[in-house]
Amino acid sequence: MLVLDRVVKTYPKGSRRITALAPIDLTVRAGEFVAVEGPSGSGKTTCLLIAGGLLDPDSGKVLLDGHDLHAMTRNQLAAFRSQNIGFVFQQYHLIPYLSVLENILAPEAARGRANGQARGRELAGQFGLDHRLDHTPAELSCGEKQRTALARALLFRPKILLADEITGNLDHVNAQIVLGYLREYVKTGGSVLLVTHDREIASQADRVEYLPDPRELETPR
Amino acid sequence: MSVWRLVIKEIVRRKTNFVSGLVAVTLAAAVLAGSMTILRLHDLRTQRILARKEQETRQRMAVLEDDYRKIMKNLGFNLLILPGNQKLSDFYADDAVSAYIPDTYATRLAEAKIVTIRHLLPSLQEKVLWPERKRTIILIGTRGEVPSMFRDAREPILVAVKKGHAVVGHELAESLGLRAGDRITLFGRTFTVGQCNEERGSKDDISIWIDLSEAQGILGKPGRINAILALKCHCAGNELANVRRDVASVLPGVQVIEQGSKVLTRAEARDRASKEAAEALAGEVGNRRQLRDELERFSSILAPLALLASALWVGLVFYTNVRERRGEIGILRALGARTRTILRLFLTKALLMGCAGGLAGYVLGTSIGLARQGEIGISFLDPRLFLLTFCTAVVLSLAASWAPAYYAAQQEPAEVLREE
Repeated sequence: MLVLDRVVKTYPKGSRRITALAPIDLTVRAGEFVAVEGPSGSGKTTCLLIAGGLLDPDSGKVLLDGHDLHAMTRNQLAAFRSQNIGFVFQQYHLIPYLSVLENILAPEAARGRANGQARGRELAGQFGLDHRLDHTPAELSCGEKQRTALARALLFRPKILLADEITGNLDHVNAQIVLGYLREYVKTGGSVLLVTHDREIASQADRVEYLPDPRELETPR
Repeated sequence: MSVWRLVIKEIVRRKTNFVSGLVAVTLAAAVLAGSMTILRLHDLRTQRILARKEQETRQRMAVLEDDYRKIMKNLGFNLLILPGNQKLSDFYADDAVSAYIPDTYATRLAEAKIVTIRHLLPSLQEKVLWPERKRTIILIGTRGEVPSMFRDAREPILVAVKKGHAVVGHELAESLGLRAGDRITLFGRTFTVGQCNEERGSKDDISIWIDLSEAQGILGKPGRINAILALKCHCAGNELANVRRDVASVLPGVQVIEQGSKVLTRAEARDRASKEAAEALAGEVGNRRQLRDELERFSSILAPLALLASALWVGLVFYTNVRERRGEIGILRALGARTRTILRLFLTKALLMGCAGGLAGYVLGTSIGLARQGEIGISFLDPRLFLLTFCTAVVLSLAASWAPAYYAAQQEPAEVLREE
């Protein structure tokens, strides 16, 4: 279970501080698909990065199965993340010189372990990429890229998948395919936290949380 | 999927970046290996030149020794053994001896084991009026060299005058029109002129040499001589006292005088030749050392400069690579890569670059260095130089890439992913 407890993030700008993420309380239980919806610049990505331990909040706590992510050292957090958290981004962030299969297996290099060939092929099959295994990202369609990124995120069966506007670059058909995979993942007991500005996409989640427009919350300090 | 495979794939993808760094490391390693090879060649060449010079000097000294032996024959005597009652003042004033000793003295001296005396030439000489020609001459009776049973049988340096023959000094021969084969009458006896000497500029030019026994007969001094001439003595001027003592132990009542100038001239000439050879050798050593110092000074400036320039270039190559791979580093961090994994990603690449650059640099530098080896055949593979070049290239590459790699490892993934 992921818990964001009164998490706040601000950035300095001159003598003022800009609020990037208003205080938020959020819980994502195991087997739950939660969407965070908000307008552009509302702090959706900031929320996701904090939830994944990639960004420190100004205040508040982030707990995953009772572990306080921001109390860990940099390397402890990296190890924890590799075992428990999967990321998928709008821009895919595939490594351009690796094939589809190698991109799916990239977390192995990050983790320093290389025995996931079978799992990688299994995922590629599940995501309809088995005919693209030797292709590089430049040779894939947007939908295939995103499916590759999704397969990569699920290689080590993380407890939670954090998805940032993952349908943003996809057409309606591909977006539905990708969302279908997320729902499949949730059925197997995984959790999904999806941030999106698209109300229709968000509505397909089990639960939707709204982020307010941050401009209304800016306060001089 | 291992870090190793990730590194290899990245190198294949960004060949220009890798090759650019590789060229810098190769050139630095080549400068190091090349300059060390040239210095090694120079040292070997120096050794050979000096060995050849030393050999030549030894040969020249041997030739010189032989030349002096021959020169000494022409120069005459080194030592004179005179009768004890010969007044040296008279001898020096008249350049003639007026006292006598038995001719057996020469044999006794030759049979004595005196190592300092060699080539004994007994003689009887007297200034006389040549009655048949009305000329004052120095009549010299000689029997040639007295053989010694204690020394090696070398060719005598003065050959005896045969009985019935005479050797005539230059001035006499010139003024009397004598030539080899002519017959002359001397104190009523007939002699055949065996040889007319070249001009010597001394009393020899008015001397006539005949057999000792015939001279003893003419001069009425049977069994007598008045000097024993010792050639090529093993003595320098400062050892004359030892020779006198040795001679006195065999022949009491004689005196030994030195033909000082000749002995010393010979010794001095030998010393001087030897000194000049040594100076020439030292000069060559000095020249070679100066040349080596210059080469070494040049190398000591060029090699560090090349290493520094290479390090800067490799650092720049890696910094560019890090900037180019910010997104990749960010996603790897998001996937759980630790600091050391990111460091490994870049340092493994640097290690490969160092190894390949070290190998290529050694081959290139050594080949260029050996291109000028000429007659000196040295092995292409010098294990110590190879190890030095290889290790330097690896350390250079790792050190130069360390800062960019550390910078990459310290990047915040959130910032990078947000930018991307």
